[in-house]
Amino acid sequence: MRPSDVTPKSVYLRRREFLKLGAGSALALSLPAFARAKVEHGPKLAGVTLNPAFALPEEKKNSFEDITTYNNFYELGTDKSDPSENAAKLQTRPWTLSVEGEVGKPRKWDIEEILKAFPVEERVYRLRCVEAWSMVIPWDGFPLADFLKKHEPTSRAKYVAFETVVQPQMPGVKGFAGIPFPYLEGLRIDEATHPLALLAVGLYGETLPNQDGAPIRLVVPWKYGFKSAKSLVRIRLQETQPPTTWSQYASGEYGFYANVNPEVDHPRWTQSRERRIGELLRRKTLMFNGYPEVASLYAGMDLRKFY
Amino acid sequence: MKKALVPAAFAACCLPLLWLGLQLVLGGLGANPVEALLDDLGYTAFVLLALTLACTPAQILLGWNWPLRIRKLLGDFCFFYASLHLLTYSVLDQGFDFGAIATDVLKHKFIFLGMATWLLLLPLAVTSTQGWQRRLGFRRWKRLHRVVYLAGGLASFHFLLRFKTPRLETIAWMGTIAALLLIRAIDAARKRARVVESP
Repeated sequence: MRPSDVTPKSVYLRRREFLKLGAGSALALSLPAFARAKVEHGPKLAGVTLNPAFALPEEKKNSFEDITTYNNFYELGTDKSDPSENAAKLQTRPWTLSVEGEVGKPRKWDIEEILKAFPVEERVYRLRCVEAWSMVIPWDGFPLADFLKKHEPTSRAKYVAFETVVQPQMPGVKGFAGIPFPYLEGLRIDEATHPLALLAVGLYGETLPNQDGAPIRLVVPWKYGFKSAKSLVRIRLQETQPPTTWSQYASGEYGFYANVNPEVDHPRWTQSRERRIGELLRRKTLMFNGYPEVASLYAGMDLRKFY
Repeated sequence: MKKALVPAAFAACCLPLLWLGLQLVLGGLGANPVEALLDDLGYTAFVLLALTLACTPAQILLGWNWPLRIRKLLGDFCFFYASLHLLTYSVLDQGFDFGAIATDVLKHKFIFLGMATWLLLLPLAVTSTQGWQRRLGFRRWKRLHRVVYLAGGLASFHFLLRFKTPRLETIAWMGTIAALLLIRAIDAARKRARVVESP
């Protein structure tokens, strides 16, 4: 018996077509598995203009997709893709941000009141993660200094403590994330009132996506990303240095200051270089993440000791 | 059926490579593809190392002999993926900067553990052939290949240190490796006891 006895010649001649069809449909079927979670664009923020003093024209901004699918937000899961996949698990309305402690005018703000009270501008900042990757992000927000001033800090307000939301339906808070919740962060008052420190409510001119810390988050661009606490529910001014989550978890690996510093390595990896998301080879990390104007805040301090 | 075992195992061991290659081409590795590639190659090598270490315990506990027939294949593929992992680190992650790599290995125990694991696997992969088994003599060959237990231990700690906080999954894998080694240790102790008992 010859092969031609089994397969008619007309079909045999179309064998390549058949193979292509098979390969093509296999590819098409598997494509959805490759795609990243599609991120919904939020509503446009009204009246946002770029502040030319913080335009950072020399840097190429990361794409909306990069900024919204590669996140650290342990309350929504520990993998980089978890926060975008579980974003709907964070409920951002109603939302109260409470300002308390050493202030003349403590206040519980509704998020809508904040959005009305503070004019929002766009600033392009570098973000350097302690894990040695970085991005360039156009944040929409207002200076933390302006916000704090409204509450009339007292002379005893030496530090500012920040607290991130905990909602029972957030998958990370139930599971085994390794760190305790709520997530706590802190700044010295002079750091908090530095003109670079920002409260962000959006990015790329749109309402902040949940995985990026909606509805309101801290952005401190000269420090490692974990200092920029997300989804804030409490800001407390106080006389003593507040405990912060990562420095309590592993004080040898993460300090209170956590200034970007290429000279001081993380015990497990180098901080002298970083991978800019979207680039292949690593680039040199800049002192204070390329914001030398903050250096005076640390005059006389040994930054190897106060890492 | 019996004849199909080795080719089937070979094909299965190729799947992670095909999957990663396809994802790389289609841009499915996300915002940080180098990191994803490093993680996935390292994870594949680790799982294959665990499978290699599971062959003898499967015989001890379940009386299965067929895993022993693919043990060499699993071990070779483990080394293959571990080498791709190291190559990704050296070329794509570190840009062939040997000074930076040397500093990284010596200064950071996470990297040191990974490099040490690969260096331990290297002589095992080279001598995994029957020719080398004959050349070394079975006893010496067997003693040399016990190094794989140490490699399993070091790889576990390398995996654990990969994440900022220990992950349940990693701890479960460490437990698996420890259990596989324990089964052998208990079995070896029993055999020794039997040898002592018998006149």
